[in-house]
Amino acid sequence: MDIVVIVMIVLGLFFYFAGSVGVIRFPDFYSRLHPAGMMDSMGLLLVMGGLAIHVATGVATGDPKIIESNDILSAVKIVLIVVFVYITSPTATHAIVDAGVRAGLGPWTKKKSEDSDGKRMD
Amino acid sequence: MSSSEKNNGSSEKFRIIPFIATFVIMLTTWFVFSGKFKIPFIVMGVISSLLVAYFSHDLLFPKRTVFKGMSFTWFKFVTYIPWLIYQIVLANLHVLYLVFHPRMNELINPQIIKFKSKLKKDMAQVTFANSITLTPGTITVYLSVYGDYTIHAIDDASCEGLPGEMEKRVGKIFGE
Repeated sequence: MDIVVIVMIVLGLFFYFAGSVGVIRFPDFYSRLHPAGMMDSMGLLLVMGGLAIHVATGVATGDPKIIESNDILSAVKIVLIVVFVYITSPTATHAIVDAGVRAGLGPWTKKKSEDSDGKRMD
Repeated sequence: MSSSEKNNGSSEKFRIIPFIATFVIMLTTWFVFSGKFKIPFIVMGVISSLLVAYFSHDLLFPKRTVFKGMSFTWFKFVTYIPWLIYQIVLANLHVLYLVFHPRMNELINPQIIKFKSKLKKDMAQVTFANSITLTPGTITVYLSVYGDYTIHAIDDASCEGLPGEMEKRVGKIFGE
């Protein structure tokens, strides 16, 4: 079970890393939000899933053979973190996109980049 | 002013079912978060749940909430979650591939697409919009009350499936 937990957490951290790289590499405001907002949710799912398994199997607190009710409660709390973030994260992302639209920022498209050498015109 | 007075007048009518439902939800949350089952903690939980339920039962269940079939809707919503997570994983792998691709600027094709959804209920529209945003590669930019969706998509592959199956599944949850 330890191996599963480690693999999940490392994969989750890899997704976080990919999200950061994506924020730097993508061309404009709107496309940068894709890795920023969503790779995070995937990384969170994996990391928190790994932690929940780790806690629920009782490795963290005492004897791994005895599963205590406290361990289950902690696992439920960790799962609740994921639930709340999955509700709030799209809402926050939408708010940021909406702010961009209201400010009048046009999205980066391929044609524009060929015409004006990457410069954006609104 | 008269309309607000009217609102105040009708909200003073105490509705017992939303109150009890809010109380039960608050108390369950209290027990999950506290994890202690001694008398003082339970008494504190009951008191604060009662207070919160009294103040905000209108908030969680607005006036026109229909309770009939609500638990069934929740059950269908829970069965929708595994499919949503599967879609999130698929789309995440796609965006991951884009992020680490050396010639990423040629692969992506950011675009804004618009479509009209058949969903009518508020909750169905919001669930659909949040599902779209949760799936990497697509972000809901704007959603009107009539169901007009404006989506920003990172490339062609991300948005070709919209509205498509996701809308059907969301519609099925809310019985549309």
